[in-house]
Amino acid sequence: MKKIEAIIQPFKLEPVKEALKNIGIDGMTITEVRGHGRQKGHKEVYRGQEYNVDLLPKMKIELVVTDARLNEVVKTLTEAARTGKIGDGKVFIYDVAEAIRIRNDDRGETAL
Amino acid sequence: MKFFTLLVFPMAAMAQTPQAVDAKLAALDSAVKAAQSAGDNAWMLTSAALVLLMTGPGLALFYSGLVRRKNVLGTMMHSFILMVIITVLWALVGYSLAFAEGSPFIGDLRYLFLRGVGIAPNPDYGATVPHETYMIYQLMFAIITPGLIAGAFAERMKFSGMVLFTILWALIVYFPMAHMVWGKGGLLNAALGGKIPTFDFAGGTVVHITSGVSALICALYLGKRVGYPHEPMKPHSLVLSVIGACLLWVGWFGFNAGSAVAASGLATSAFVATHFGAAAAALGWILAEWMRTGKPSVLGAISGAVAGLVAITPASGFVQPFPALLIGFAAGVICYFMVTLVKAKFGYDDSLDAFGVHGAGGTVGALLTGVFATNLINDGYKDSAGKLLPLGWIDGNPGQVLNQLIGVAIAWGLAIVGTLIILKVCDAITGLRVDKEAEIEGLDLSQHGEEGYFFEA
Repeated sequence: MKKIEAIIQPFKLEPVKEALKNIGIDGMTITEVRGHGRQKGHKEVYRGQEYNVDLLPKMKIELVVTDARLNEVVKTLTEAARTGKIGDGKVFIYDVAEAIRIRNDDRGETAL
Repeated sequence: MKFFTLLVFPMAAMAQTPQAVDAKLAALDSAVKAAQSAGDNAWMLTSAALVLLMTGPGLALFYSGLVRRKNVLGTMMHSFILMVIITVLWALVGYSLAFAEGSPFIGDLRYLFLRGVGIAPNPDYGATVPHETYMIYQLMFAIITPGLIAGAFAERMKFSGMVLFTILWALIVYFPMAHMVWGKGGLLNAALGGKIPTFDFAGGTVVHITSGVSALICALYLGKRVGYPHEPMKPHSLVLSVIGACLLWVGWFGFNAGSAVAASGLATSAFVATHFGAAAAALGWILAEWMRTGKPSVLGAISGAVAGLVAITPASGFVQPFPALLIGFAAGVICYFMVTLVKAKFGYDDSLDAFGVHGAGGTVGALLTGVFATNLINDGYKDSAGKLLPLGWIDGNPGQVLNQLIGVAIAWGLAIVGTLIILKVCDAITGLRVDKEAEIEGLDLSQHGEEGYFFEA
């Protein structure tokens, strides 16, 4: 099992959800986050007082998939989230040791 | 016989005529007076409500949008509590100190507890409206003026200190200044026997210079907010500020046009000047900003409008529409540089720019009133022969600019000295600043035990 953690542009959330749904991925967890990588922030000026806002709003998507589906899901996700410009975000992939469904104690891939 | 009747009847009728006509004329006269009084009183009560609108939602929203989220309620309370405290103070002693005839500097106590302030007009202040109407109208000015100062000590003033400061400030600075400029026999009163006639139609010196300069003293005395200027202190909701500024703009029609104390042509001309001044100043501010930073900000537009309303206040009942545009535009540009360059250069933390907007805008407006005041707009100043006197420089009375300067200097001096003394007293009795932990926690929780926003509920 792999965990996919994708940080994407907020306005790309809907297209990504739609694309994942189309390949049969329904479960995911979404968090509103702030951050930046290589993308520079922007400048705000309030009555001459300048603020550099470098932490920008992003969406973090977390989902866990079987090893077999990993490449397909990542490809779908990145294609849907891509604009081709700086600030599109990143995807990180982790190994998952165990998955447990709280309701009935299912373990492993059946719990996904 | 018929001929005789015809002859006598008209004569008999004519014999009754003088009394009947007199009675009819007297009835007509009092009906006309009652109609004028009804019209004037309707406008003045409306104006009083409009001026309160400036404090209640107007200033409270304008200022609270500019602070951080943790101080939104504390900042609103700085406005709201004045509607409470100043009202009581005004009824007890304030109106008398400001508007009773007394010395050139302060009124006597003849109107203590509003004794003798009733339905009968006071011809010195408004011959066609109840004295009580004038009293309540002026109260609304006394409420908003200390509210403006709150912009300088926002986000760090102790509530108890703020309350004591406000009471002392009204007694020591506002009531004397209002008396000097508007009270009968006041030193600077241009209409009622002042020694140095100064034109201040609706409060450039009385309201804006006193509050703006006092604000600067407060900012210097209290010191900077924790973290200023290196920590971000962005306005938490400019949306609130835009709504507040628009309410201020609307309320200002009562402030300025109401200062005619009649539903007259003069009220119309003050209304027009007010609107033009605000618009031109908003334009001046955002043009200056656009050229310097590349973007015209919304905060700049609303700040400029307020600066223009401030500057046109003393001039509103004296100037024609075109000079009103000039005064507004000048105030917009000058105040923009006050809150950006000057504030940054000297490094004081006038949190919401009470000095940069009200102190600077009020001074610009008071001086330019001396330049542009004209008897084409205000025909209330005549010599003993009934001839209209020249008012400002453009009327051929350049000396008026000097009088305005004296009025401005007195307002600055009184505000500086008065505020310093008051701050010392408050510092000793209640303290002025909240401690560091309370400041970081925010005024809402530390002073009032509440939060402005609680979305989870």
